[in-house]
Amino acid sequence: MPFIPHTDAERDEMLEAIGVTTIDALFDEVPMSLRASLPPEMPEGISEMALMQLMQRRAKQDEMSLSFLGAGAYEHHIPAAVWDLTNRGEFLTAYTPYQAEASQGTLQLIYEFQTMIARLTALDVANASVYDGATALAEAMLMAVRANKTNKSKRIVVAGNLNPHYIAVCEAIVSNQGLVLEVLEPDEQTGTIPTDCAPQLSEAAALVVSYPNFFGGLDPVDALTDAAAAAGALVIGVVNPTALALLKPPGQWGASGADIAVGEGQPLGIPLASGGPYLGFMCCRKAYVRQMPGRIIGRTVDQTGQPGYALTLQAREQHIRRGKATSNICTNQGLLVTAATLYLSLLGDEGLRQVALKSHAGINQLVAAAGQIEGVSRRFSGPVFHEQVLQLPVPAADVVNLMANEGILPGLALGALWAPMANCLLVNVTETKTSDDIDHFVTHLANAIEAIKSTC
Amino acid sequence: MAEVRDDVRYLATHEWVKLEADGSVVVGISDHAQDALGDVVFVELPEIGTSFVQGSEMAVVESVKAASDIYAPVSGVVVACNSALEDAPETVNDSPYDAGWFVRLTPDDPSSIESLLSPDAYQALCDDETH
Amino acid sequence: MLIFERSRSGRRAAAQHVSSKGLGLDLGDDLGEHLRHSPAGLPEVSELEVVRHYTNLSAKNFAIDRQFYPLGSCTMKYNPRGAAAAASQPGFLKRHPLAPEAQSQGYLACLYELQTYLQALTGMKAVSLTPMAGAQGEFAGVAMIRAYHQKRGDHDRVEILVPEAAHGTNPATAVMCGFVVREIPVTPEGDVDLAALQAAVGPRTAGLMMTNPSTCGVFERQIAAIAETVHEAGGLLYYDGANLNAILGKVRPGDMGFDVLHMNLHKTFATPHGGGGPGSGPVGVGERLLPFLPTPTVGQTESGTFRWLDKRDLPDTIGRLSGFMGNAGILLRAYAYARLLGGEGMQRVGAYATLNANYMAKRLTEAGFDLAYPTRRATHEFIITLAKQAKHHHVTAMDVAKRLLDYGVHAPTTYFPLLVPECLLIEPTETESKAEIDGFVAAMAAIADEIVNTPDQVTSAPHTLPVTRLDDVKAARDLDLAWLKTQPA
Repeated sequence: MPFIPHTDAERDEMLEAIGVTTIDALFDEVPMSLRASLPPEMPEGISEMALMQLMQRRAKQDEMSLSFLGAGAYEHHIPAAVWDLTNRGEFLTAYTPYQAEASQGTLQLIYEFQTMIARLTALDVANASVYDGATALAEAMLMAVRANKTNKSKRIVVAGNLNPHYIAVCEAIVSNQGLVLEVLEPDEQTGTIPTDCAPQLSEAAALVVSYPNFFGGLDPVDALTDAAAAAGALVIGVVNPTALALLKPPGQWGASGADIAVGEGQPLGIPLASGGPYLGFMCCRKAYVRQMPGRIIGRTVDQTGQPGYALTLQAREQHIRRGKATSNICTNQGLLVTAATLYLSLLGDEGLRQVALKSHAGINQLVAAAGQIEGVSRRFSGPVFHEQVLQLPVPAADVVNLMANEGILPGLALGALWAPMANCLLVNVTETKTSDDIDHFVTHLANAIEAIKSTC
Repeated sequence: MAEVRDDVRYLATHEWVKLEADGSVVVGISDHAQDALGDVVFVELPEIGTSFVQGSEMAVVESVKAASDIYAPVSGVVVACNSALEDAPETVNDSPYDAGWFVRLTPDDPSSIESLLSPDAYQALCDDETH
Repeated sequence: MLIFERSRSGRRAAAQHVSSKGLGLDLGDDLGEHLRHSPAGLPEVSELEVVRHYTNLSAKNFAIDRQFYPLGSCTMKYNPRGAAAAASQPGFLKRHPLAPEAQSQGYLACLYELQTYLQALTGMKAVSLTPMAGAQGEFAGVAMIRAYHQKRGDHDRVEILVPEAAHGTNPATAVMCGFVVREIPVTPEGDVDLAALQAAVGPRTAGLMMTNPSTCGVFERQIAAIAETVHEAGGLLYYDGANLNAILGKVRPGDMGFDVLHMNLHKTFATPHGGGGPGSGPVGVGERLLPFLPTPTVGQTESGTFRWLDKRDLPDTIGRLSGFMGNAGILLRAYAYARLLGGEGMQRVGAYATLNANYMAKRLTEAGFDLAYPTRRATHEFIITLAKQAKHHHVTAMDVAKRLLDYGVHAPTTYFPLLVPECLLIEPTETESKAEIDGFVAAMAAIADEIVNTPDQVTSAPHTLPVTRLDDVKAARDLDLAWLKTQPA
């Protein structure tokens, strides 16, 4: 019997103590008409060895040798110590830290995580994380509507160069509460948001800026922040945490800084793993902390006066505030927070900066090399972080299919998201890519383009 | 035994209301309420100038393990808030009827306070709850 | 000590630094005004310092691998290591979420089969795996109820009913979906008050959210009548899968009349809690809500290949709920667990979870503790009330919970459901042995003696943990949420 420890003798002894003769008798309050039999769709159990053989085969089937696909999830090197420690049973099999005395390890770790994220974004406070970057943004929108006492509006202005999946997720979540999203179209040449957007910002609860944007580019965040502040709209920055080792943090945008910053924590030591579990981080100015959803850990003292850590501001949460809670979220992404905290500790300021720098240099190198192929150019002008849109002379989806068959993921074909961008390929480079990898990519890209041209 | 002041009126939801000489009313929570809540850690107050209809949610008081809404005892407009509570929420525990007041309202109809619970009626309600 | 206090300027875990040599570019110069002016202030520590710091921190946690965790409604059972290993194959970990379908058939096959299993086990018509936690599954379910009524032009249905014993997420979710919440009383025997429900339903009713077994740890016997009442009024029935472990393979929510449900895969299907997450909360629906399922889901073409189904396939979908497609790693663990156990193994889960709970309830009553619902059969969990001990000895449920920590057992859930005074909600799960349960009962019996003879021992517990009781009031009044000091040079 998998994972059930009872011997037959123990089972019988327990039944006798209860005063029944069979386990089925314990279901006597369930009406007979509702008792189910075993569904025929369910397979028979298999051994761990057979399971491993099956799963190894299936995983192998999907393996690629080289990837330049980013678009919100990035392949970074993960130090060996990160998951070695994260997978310790004491972190892995602990519950949510409701019993603070029995959870000081997890609680202190989350406090350290909150500190690291607040420092990276240059904002005052961070929460213990939410599900992922997209849901962090949806929560930030709801939070901004609650927090903005100047513009009492449910209108959120969103940069049109934000990850379109994030916009879709926010629509699905916030429209139920009557929030309206209004998209600012990016400039055709630069792909960034024009700074003359003041008319749209008037009376809006918040402006959402993506930094870097979905195309890898860097928007004029100082001017946009100032424009929003002047209009009484809060500024929500959607940021890549790796980029913040190199780029201006949201807390320092414009004259007064962004009000809320959120983002996808996956680049911080979390494997791509088909899209999750990841973590969404969320931080804000101290003045808005009571409007922030999710778990928050505070430092306090115990009865003897020694420092300790505990969940705090719980009166915002669903288990106390029920229908009036800031969100229905119950947990954070505890284990992923553990990994991210270890990752940031191991890299430190300088390590993270070097990851960011090498990724940045890598994309510039790739774009320069790819630009030598006839018909290939940058789609947008202006600086980028570690991702760039290439304009190809052929449909990008065809290039992706051809190269994927050779074990290379060249990037994301943008035609499925924006029909006019059918020939556009979004390419990412991280520190994991060598000059040889980049050369390899460029050679295969040139071959793929040639092959597609010749079949047309 | 919690103190029930004689010079104010009460709501069944444990707010007290005092009619001032200038016709405004001051609102707070009773000694019984602060005792039941435990250590108050935060008070969320409305903005001055906001109007409330009798019975609508006007403020929130939080302890570590609970959050309670404070209801407008009469319809009216907020003319003052006790902003000292923002930095010293414990005042609600220490001095519920005096320094721990929440909000001052100008009532639309000052006589509406008459319909609220008398000290005796409120005392009876508290006795009921504790037994 | 915090990791920041171990930090020294200039100390590095240098093996984790990449070389930027040989790239032939002036790094960062093109970024100009975008550059960060000063470092963030991440810790500067050696790799050994990191390893030792976090290993020592981990030792301050209770965890399933070390302690018994009878935490009611949380299903803290053993999660097989094999399921984690199977889901952590390099091909799965390195797979990019946006990889083309042709290069994703191994992964998609697992998801497709998992959808089929979950459908069969719950008796629903279709499943979407995309919600990332129980609360998000709830959100998806209630959003589908809203979409269903709106599609029919039934705009007056603005109320969601929940039993007063419901978990706090139920009302919070209903409000997030734009509904008004109306609570339905529960009888002293732990059932929904059917007369009150009949009086509450009507043309404003969008649906009823409930769990069965309920949060009172008993099976809702009138479920057929409840379903009929809500359906006749034009509402839909939502099943909160928090307690699915109790009935796995024994009773199916679809057969009870539920129109939509979420499952907490992390509880029932082999994902450890990880100190608070991640979870996974797939939703299942009956016929009426099929068009509204959140995307993406996985379909199979006639040729047998698997593909994503999105808005083009489900035009009435409530939409996307995650940046990619849900918590894939948890779904793979659930798939692996389903394969390890198979159908028969699943049936034993509910059976032995129920056996353990009823046995423990019996032993605790023999030790002098009071059940909240003494006339009822326990399900996979049950409630004891310490009202008597609180009244006579001024010892609360929280005190007993803290004292249990000294006995090396994690405390049960305290003060939930709120309507039972001084309660402990206890769920032993099927993976615990009789000896472990007997040990817990012995600890409770010892505490019962202490309550009478040395109550101070109990009210000042815990005594053996890294810290004593923490000052929650200070934590909330003097908010300290991030370490502000900088490191010594």
